[in-house]
Amino acid sequence: MSDNQTTAEASEAAEDATPMIHGCPVTDSLGQEVIHATVGQYLDVVKALDDEGYTMCVDLCGVDYLDFMGRSLPDGIAAERFEVVVNLLDLSNRRRTRIRVQVPAAAPVVASLFDLYPGTEAMERECFDMFGIEFAEHPDLTRILMPEDWDGHPLRKDYEVGRIPVQFKGANA
Amino acid sequence: MSVTDDSQAGTNSDELTPTTLTGAEVAAAGIDLAVNTPDPGTNYHLFVAGTDEGAQTLKPRSQTTARELMREVGSVLRMSEAEAANLGDLPEDPEEDQTMIINMGPQHPSTHGVLRLMLELQGETVLRCKPIIGYLHTGMEKTGEQLTYMQGGTNVTRMDYLSPLNNELVFAMATEKLLGIDGDIPERAIWIRMLLSELNRMSSHLLFMATNGMDLGAVSMMIYGWREREEVLRFFQEVTGLRMNHNYIRPGGLAADLPTGWRDGVLRILDLLPPRLDEYDTLMTGQPIWRERLQGVGVITPSEALALGATGPILRSTGVEWDLRRDQPYMHYDDLDFDVVVGSYGDAFDRYAIRLAEIRESMDLVRQIVERIPQGDYRIQNKKVTPPPRARIDESMEALIHHFKIFTEGFKVPEGEVYAALESPRGELGCYIASDGGPNPYRIHMRDSSFVNIQCLPHMMRGGLVADAVAIISSVDPVLGGVDR
Repeated sequence: MSDNQTTAEASEAAEDATPMIHGCPVTDSLGQEVIHATVGQYLDVVKALDDEGYTMCVDLCGVDYLDFMGRSLPDGIAAERFEVVVNLLDLSNRRRTRIRVQVPAAAPVVASLFDLYPGTEAMERECFDMFGIEFAEHPDLTRILMPEDWDGHPLRKDYEVGRIPVQFKGANA
Repeated sequence: MSVTDDSQAGTNSDELTPTTLTGAEVAAAGIDLAVNTPDPGTNYHLFVAGTDEGAQTLKPRSQTTARELMREVGSVLRMSEAEAANLGDLPEDPEEDQTMIINMGPQHPSTHGVLRLMLELQGETVLRCKPIIGYLHTGMEKTGEQLTYMQGGTNVTRMDYLSPLNNELVFAMATEKLLGIDGDIPERAIWIRMLLSELNRMSSHLLFMATNGMDLGAVSMMIYGWREREEVLRFFQEVTGLRMNHNYIRPGGLAADLPTGWRDGVLRILDLLPPRLDEYDTLMTGQPIWRERLQGVGVITPSEALALGATGPILRSTGVEWDLRRDQPYMHYDDLDFDVVVGSYGDAFDRYAIRLAEIRESMDLVRQIVERIPQGDYRIQNKKVTPPPRARIDESMEALIHHFKIFTEGFKVPEGEVYAALESPRGELGCYIASDGGPNPYRIHMRDSSFVNIQCLPHMMRGGLVADAVAIISSVDPVLGGVDR
């Protein structure tokens, strides 16, 4: 339990000082470094981190916070409906960092990381497919998991989970 | 269009001989046979009628923009535009189109499931390749949002179905981190998790040996690989009750303790495997035909693998020493003695040899783990996440209510978001969970290594022979359940 207390204290202290990396506030999420960026800052921050040695983009995914707009974010970061979460890995220094980009629902467009990390191609397509977040300058922004003619973006919170009525043998329904 | 017509159209698209079209199709397409030249570029859609997937398919050169083409051939190589253009992908004379686009899969024995590849061939040479996925997509991440953390294990274990225990483990690790109990997991549970994780790596790599052998024509190897894997699965069945999809590793610990006699089961596998692995060496590693088929095939360099986000044996085959068990140790891997096996050429043979060596390394790890598994609890004694023991339910109303609440409502997990990662047989397996404080994950995303790794395929296949394409798919070892989720 002492570990938890120290991390909690550390994060409180961090919030007081509002540490910044490349002009973006940094928080600590359960011992993991999280950088909060706006759509405008996103590409510049990732570029700067790439120069610092984060050579691999491990993961990129979207989150739809439609039902949870009250989540805790550092001061100066306005909560938006969508987030794009990018996990970067620095192999030589064995460290990770995570960037959470606030993406407004009115214009869900962010820059593509394809030129920095070609491996994000499929991940960005998946994010587009599942959330309808568009990645500007992505070379081939098409659906990847769902059929091409599918309507809607399944992982959005306002997208209904499909249900099939259960039929019992001999039931009159 | 009837089924017969469809199949005919499919055959035609492979052979690219428009003269064999039926009269009805020609009439439907409004093409006059007399003036129709065998140019697949212009009447492409005639040939793929009934199989068109819209923008996802590999388009003929005439319909591909320069930027798309460059991405497919050059960008992943980190080439400049000029260099990429110099690859000579556009024929000298655009009128004379010498390439053809064929479709491989999704129902093809060597695509390891329902992977579909569009290949552009010039003679026997593969110029471009586009993997088309999604045939096994069932929205498991959406399903994960409907299930409690207690039920989540049954969902994630079915994603990468060849390493189910690793999937459960990473999900449990992420959940425990959110709960703040990741430091309180009993030692015995941690060691058992490591034991199962390593055995799972062995079973997965043994299956790779089988499928890799089968894909390259070493058909007896297929039987041997499945046979050895079955021995490991039999042990899993003894421990968890199921051969696959165990839901055995759960947030807070394990579903049950190891059964009596488990040690004999493990030692039996450890005794049984070494001579059989030596047999693999005789059958494959030292065999000239095997080496000829794999060496220098599907080469990828370290910088390309890093740029493409490849992890696991693919990254290690290029010589990059990166294994999360050693470099970002989780559980007690830093207490154990093992080697990270790396290759030097980044070809299909290196990836095969690494996996074979990793089976031996995992056996060594299992040996160390068996000696060190301590006595104690197999799950955390935290009433919030652990259901009461079965015997208590008969005698205590509180225990019954508690049990009922855990299995109906689940337990609430504090707000926050976390990313947990571990080294699965195929590379980094990650789990990102965002919690809103409820009993279900607000968002659960699995970073599956196969999903990222298959992006290497177009790159590895470029310029190779179509016969090597099968060897390359096999060496990437994708599991489509993980790719599509």
